[in-house]
Amino acid sequence: MLESLTLLLVCQLVGEVVVAYFAIPVPGPVVGMVLLFLGLCIRRGVPAPLQQTASGLLSHLSLLFVPAGTGVLLHVALIRETLLPIGVSLVVSTLVAVAVTALAMVGFERLSGRKGSDAP
Amino acid sequence: MTDLGDIWVYLSSSPLLHLTTTLVAYLIGARLYRRFNLHPLLNPVLIAVVILVTVLLVTETDYATYFEGAQFVHFLLGPATVALAVPLYNQIDRVRRSAISLLSALILGSLAAAASAAAIAWTLGAAPEVVASIAPKSVTTPIAMGISEKLGGLPSLTAVLVILTGVLGATLGPLLLNLLRIRDWRARGLAIGVAGHGIGTARAMQVNEVAGAFAGLAMGLNALATAILLPLLWAWVF
Repeated sequence: MLESLTLLLVCQLVGEVVVAYFAIPVPGPVVGMVLLFLGLCIRRGVPAPLQQTASGLLSHLSLLFVPAGTGVLLHVALIRETLLPIGVSLVVSTLVAVAVTALAMVGFERLSGRKGSDAP
Repeated sequence: MTDLGDIWVYLSSSPLLHLTTTLVAYLIGARLYRRFNLHPLLNPVLIAVVILVTVLLVTETDYATYFEGAQFVHFLLGPATVALAVPLYNQIDRVRRSAISLLSALILGSLAAAASAAAIAWTLGAAPEVVASIAPKSVTTPIAMGISEKLGGLPSLTAVLVILTGVLGATLGPLLLNLLRIRDWRARGLAIGVAGHGIGTARAMQVNEVAGAFAGLAMGLNALATAILLPLLWAWVF
């Protein structure tokens, strides 16, 4: 547990350093994720403790968004002023993103001539 | 005995109080969500945020004070993002089999999310910094905040828009997918992950294992694609 948590933090730290050093327009944790992924590919497997720590952390993923979400307090005035553009934009673009992604995925799979092996 | 007012003054300046309220509010949300069979409209993040905002307004606590306690939870977003490499690696065979359609659908969905959000906000007269804050809203929080800052947006506003988007994706997404009669769990997961990042992924993981893995993958790749493509696209349009 402690080792795998440290591993995650080391990946994130290296990611932050790489991003700062090369001035890449990608956030540090994403580079950290890529590094860990490459590491797992080289090692050809996920060590059991890492699997456990990752599952534990990711099973409470939605909790981690709560502090940022509560930040809505800071922007009540701005959001109230811009309610229409923000509201319409969020709702419509979310529906557009869901529809475009799902239809494209189903369409491309059909084009590639295979039946979706995971379709019920 | 110590006066209750004095205890309040002591507690309200310590991180313990707001770390605890964050966890309690979330547990209430999570319990309600389970109690009503994971009904998409009872999203635990939404419930927790409503509870916390009410508590902070009633006790006249400002966000900075609250965040001193909540930052410990917030901090874990970084390592959690790194940890996404694990489900991604576990699904590598399934992902490789449909890699081309997956990547094409992902890039289309990613661009559609950012472009439609920015275009609608701009058309309806939002200020430039609001448009920049709204463009990366389908990307998971820490990354979206970084992108927003690069585009000239307000990172803290983006954080809020990201959460709202995630809740919308997790609530309306499954309903729209049913309407479109999409039954392939890979496509359903991918769509919810692109549109609703971590909150969508959390929802997908609870419903179906394959959908959950594809949602997690979509969230990670969408973050990567948007972080690389959006700043380039932005420089080109403006």
